[in-house]
Amino acid sequence: MTRATARWSALVVAAGLSLGACASGTGDDSSSGSGSDDENSITFDPEAELSGELNVMGFGATDEIGQVRLDAAKEALGDVDVSLIEGDLDIQQFLSSMATETPPELIYANRDQIGTFASRGAIIPLDECIEGEGIDTSMFREPALDQVTFDGSVYGIPEFNSVQITQANQKLLDAAGLTLDDVNGSNWEAISAANEAMHTNDGGKLSVIGFDSKLPEFLPLWAKANGADLLSEDGRTAQLDDPKVLEALEWAVSIYDAQGGFGAVKAYRDSADFFGEGNQFATNVLGAMPMEQWYVNVLNDVSPDAPMAFDTVRDLEGETIAYASGSAWAIPKGSPNPEAACRLAKTMTLTDSWIAAAEARAEARAEEGKLFTGLLTGNAEADDAIYEQFVKPSGDATWDAAIEATYEANDHTFVLPANPADSEFKTAWQDAVNRVLNGQQEPKAALEQAQNEAQEALDAAWAEWDADEG
Amino acid sequence: MARPALDAPAVPADERALRAKRRLRRRETRAALLFISPWIIGFFVFTAWPIIYSGYLSLTDYDVINDPNFVGLANYERLFEDDKVRLALQNTFFFTLIQVPLYVIVSLALALLLNKAGRSAGFFRTAFFLPKMTPPVAVGILLLLLFNGQSGMINQALGWFGVDGPAWTTDPTWVKPGLILMSLWSVGASVIILLAALRNVPQELYDSARVDGANWWQQTWRITVPMISGALFFIFIVNTIAGFQTFTEAYTAFFGSGNTTYSNDAALFYVIYLFQQAFEFLHMGYASALAWLLFVIIMIFTAIQMVVSRRFVYYEGEQR
Repeated sequence: MTRATARWSALVVAAGLSLGACASGTGDDSSSGSGSDDENSITFDPEAELSGELNVMGFGATDEIGQVRLDAAKEALGDVDVSLIEGDLDIQQFLSSMATETPPELIYANRDQIGTFASRGAIIPLDECIEGEGIDTSMFREPALDQVTFDGSVYGIPEFNSVQITQANQKLLDAAGLTLDDVNGSNWEAISAANEAMHTNDGGKLSVIGFDSKLPEFLPLWAKANGADLLSEDGRTAQLDDPKVLEALEWAVSIYDAQGGFGAVKAYRDSADFFGEGNQFATNVLGAMPMEQWYVNVLNDVSPDAPMAFDTVRDLEGETIAYASGSAWAIPKGSPNPEAACRLAKTMTLTDSWIAAAEARAEARAEEGKLFTGLLTGNAEADDAIYEQFVKPSGDATWDAAIEATYEANDHTFVLPANPADSEFKTAWQDAVNRVLNGQQEPKAALEQAQNEAQEALDAAWAEWDADEG
Repeated sequence: MARPALDAPAVPADERALRAKRRLRRRETRAALLFISPWIIGFFVFTAWPIIYSGYLSLTDYDVINDPNFVGLANYERLFEDDKVRLALQNTFFFTLIQVPLYVIVSLALALLLNKAGRSAGFFRTAFFLPKMTPPVAVGILLLLLFNGQSGMINQALGWFGVDGPAWTTDPTWVKPGLILMSLWSVGASVIILLAALRNVPQELYDSARVDGANWWQQTWRITVPMISGALFFIFIVNTIAGFQTFTEAYTAFFGSGNTTYSNDAALFYVIYLFQQAFEFLHMGYASALAWLLFVIIMIFTAIQMVVSRRFVYYEGEQR
């Protein structure tokens, strides 16, 4: 290399490195760079006139439920310029914005992500926002609020709620001489027998699924039905090796084994036209399964004449249970406009906002000549009001039963508590179930491994949190 | 005005020419560097600097949100204790070991066929290349459809021959073979490269071989393969690296949003595990250590391939 070449190369390297340093955005400067980090300067006041920008990450007003409430929020925000970064919350995008100290003003996340975000300091506690803006937390469903409460502080404002109900094919039940009680979860032996009676497997080829226990996702539901929680109430101790969890897993897996194995059921399930008029219920190839309430809308839309039957999911005592999930609003640390973010979160979840949105939805459904099946939110007050004002008997006992079951389930929910290692905890138990379903491990060994993995992750994450707090 | 000494030693013509040549070369070098400087700067900003920075991050506990804490070699020690690293490496090695030779063989076979295709070569070239245009995410979804154990096209085709196809998407034994077969979907680009190389093989070599009585196989093995060994080596090395970094199709099919809860350990490739650690568990420091381990592995395999290539790869104009 000549001297000139070396000089040019050095110049280019220096330029590259210095530009790279500028682009890194992850220096040791602990100040967030946003005025909002100075929490003393934040005043949450419902009467305050707000301005500036409000970028909302993870939310799209794609239907009347979102649009009506967003309009109300924009009105409450006055001069604030609201922009939506639509689609589900992109964790990489959110983390990148945090790393480069340019977070959005507000995020819309799954409630089960809140604990992890809170423990890492990615989002701020909303106690002052709640107090300042006068948000009445008593209107929120307790499990929903629990899910966004981390170490005693509320970090999220609950929005939608999702629950499961038992969805069954009446024609297949009748043909097998069964009733809904045989498949609603209250008696596992009855479900196993119903599964045996309804499924059809000719020469290893499954043509009718008797019962789908919906593993891996519904292990928490079956464990709870058997009286066990996967995680302790304080979110610190994994309970995956609880004998009742093991019993639940063994039973739920046995449902697949009786039909030729999980592979056969999954392959058949995957080949179905899940969202179309040729869905498994309409084509009489699925006996029953627990499923989220939104699927009632799908079925009612695409196959209103399907021979359906609905009930809640019940525990072994016969009581209704539902494993709730949903979304929540949270304010990132360093949010440039937390006051506006808090106002938007408040307005979007106000009882009046939900009622206005439900009214718009009910009208839209009526115009289409379709059934309004209600709206499940994290706001119990709003749910009750919407049910009373807009949910009317359709005259079709089947779909009315679906709505009744949905609302009953919504009153009997449980959640996994907020914790700082949510993703690792979830991965641990789901991987365990998958190893069993894939035939790689026995249930006991799989859950023991999951218990170790989950507890290790929880211990490490809590230790970090406790050290920071201590 | 003093007259310059006429007897001063004259600069020899050779040396003048040499200096002029050097000046020209310097100018050209400078101009070349100037022209490629956008790329060089881009390389340092978007590649070299992240590489260097990830080296630093691999020595820290970093969750992307808070500042990194220096932890020394703890992340590297953890690599050797982590069972999932072992599993992910096993899966990745298996995939690469089978997929790369198969990919090269299929690419070569198709290129040889195309080379004989005559007028219709253009159509087939496009037809083979089109699947390469499919986004990898779509290929992942396609895998679930084509390899569905109940109604997938692959098992239906096997059924015509009386073969009861396996559960490609759930049986751990068949998950990786399914992914390997699916990867052949995108052989198009390699086929085009090999076809270009095949077109450059001098016809006289085949004519001479035929005169000497060589059959098709002998011509292929003794002339074609050696003459396109440079292109074959390129495809081999690039696919080996891609094999070690395989991610999108397997992630989409077995870990992505289409399968929010179902996953399969058999498809846990190294980069998928790295991604989980970085963006799901927020262990960016550990993920950086994982990335460096992969870098070292790829470097070792590439170095081995380079050494081996000296014996088997022939470049045009090369004297041996």
